[in-house]
Amino acid sequence: MGGYEYDFSVISQNMDIFIEGALKTLEISAIALLLAIPLGIIIGMGRISRNRFIRILSSAYVEVMRGVPLLVLLIWIFFVLGQFLKLGSYWASIIGLAVFTAAFIAEIVRSGIQGVPRGQMEAARSSGMTYWQAMRLIVLPQAFRRVLPPLASQFIMLIKDSSLISVIGATELTLNAKNLVATSMRSIEVWTFIGFVYFAMTFTLSMIIRAIEQKLLARENS
Amino acid sequence: MISIKHVNKTFGMNQVLTDVTLEVPKSNVVAIIGPSGAGKSTLIRTINALEPIDNGEIVVDGISIHDKKVNINKARSEIGFVFQSFNLYPFLTALQNVTLAPINVKGLSKSAAEERGKELLTSLGLGDKFDAYPNRLSGGQQQRVAIARALAMDPQVMLFDEPTSALDPEMVTEVLDAIRKLAESGMTMVVVTHEMGFAKEICDEIIFMADGKVVEQATPAKFFTNPDSERAQNFLSKVLHH
Ligand SMILES: Nc1ncnc2c1ncn2[C@@H]1O[C@H](COP(=O)(O)OP(=O)(O)OP(=O)(O)O)[C@@H](O)[C@H]1O
Ligand SMILES: [Mg+2]
Repeated sequence: MGGYEYDFSVISQNMDIFIEGALKTLEISAIALLLAIPLGIIIGMGRISRNRFIRILSSAYVEVMRGVPLLVLLIWIFFVLGQFLKLGSYWASIIGLAVFTAAFIAEIVRSGIQGVPRGQMEAARSSGMTYWQAMRLIVLPQAFRRVLPPLASQFIMLIKDSSLISVIGATELTLNAKNLVATSMRSIEVWTFIGFVYFAMTFTLSMIIRAIEQKLLARENS
Repeated sequence: MISIKHVNKTFGMNQVLTDVTLEVPKSNVVAIIGPSGAGKSTLIRTINALEPIDNGEIVVDGISIHDKKVNINKARSEIGFVFQSFNLYPFLTALQNVTLAPINVKGLSKSAAEERGKELLTSLGLGDKFDAYPNRLSGGQQQRVAIARALAMDPQVMLFDEPTSALDPEMVTEVLDAIRKLAESGMTMVVVTHEMGFAKEICDEIIFMADGKVVEQATPAKFFTNPDSERAQNFLSKVLHH
């Protein structure tokens, strides 16, 4: 019985491919995140808007994005929307990840805003601030502190979800891995190492966000 | 200075204010007292339009507060409001709590706002607390910061909704003293309170409310010795005998 012979030399020999892929993954995730955050904040605030139409529209967005698998969304954006807008796989991936993540950020933002005590908005409005000033200066900064932990989870999900964009041919860590597996036939070694690389990226991100959180907390308790 | 005319307000089916009419002349201090659920908070919150009204009119310093055409933010910047639960901004220091609105609403420079803020905090006995965050302050200190925050806008009137009800007994005096000083300085004020001694001592007029109506309106001397209405007599016999 010919057992599987592990050979991890495939990793060290192809380190450049892994590094290039990991950097692409980080780049695409970061750009998607930069788009998803403002979009998520707008939609999250739309969910609690005083305007019924905006509320319904925002809820519909969230429900659709939460209900449709990311894989389907990516394929649809790349093959359908991408044909009209001349999107390459790179931008189709970023847009897909961004609009998908925005829905989850919207829910986090909504719960964060609703978690800020009513009295905060009332105190701000009583001093003559407009609704938007009160939101910007008083409510959102407090909501931000509350949502850091769930946002961190969402950012981590985004990095992991970005592995799906390999299906529309965007170059990143997972696609590089697939190609390498095809040529080297070392699938267990390659995928195990890929797992480590994703973990290293997400764990670093976790630590960074935790540090930010601690800094904010430390300041208020000083 | 404050004129409330025939104000009605309902929450759903619940009529909370019924035909409330009252005048607060400039530099007068008016206490609103009455049993729980009388509509005291609701009434005082309508004066700066934190609560909308169904009909009637409220005029503060010549501005019809509930008129849709009025710039409510501008109007509110002239009306200081102090809450039972302080509602300080927890992520800002005492001084930042006080300077935020002057800088962002009135357009004061940071240095001018800070100078004024420090002056106010110092006059309220908080000269060593500029950089303290609210969670490091006692209830009494927090409420005094809240008073400084309201005063920093140089309001024409000050509204207090049970400013001492959330405080431990030993801190009530420091806050009442601050309010008393304000009264002596000639500030026009409306104070919802359960502190009968305080109301009696500093107020020009007592408004007694029950079931959403102004039941009795009298000078403290008259109200506390010889109230006309039976509701007020019952209320006083309950609160003064314990
Ligand atoms: N946001 C609201 N929605 C519905 N009903 C409300 C609301 N706020 C107050 N009420 C009702 O209005 C009535 C008057 O309440 P209000 O808070 O003005 O009384 P209060 O005199 O301030 O009482 P307390 O001394 O307990 O503070 C009560 O019956 C209360 O249940
Ligand atoms: Mg009340």
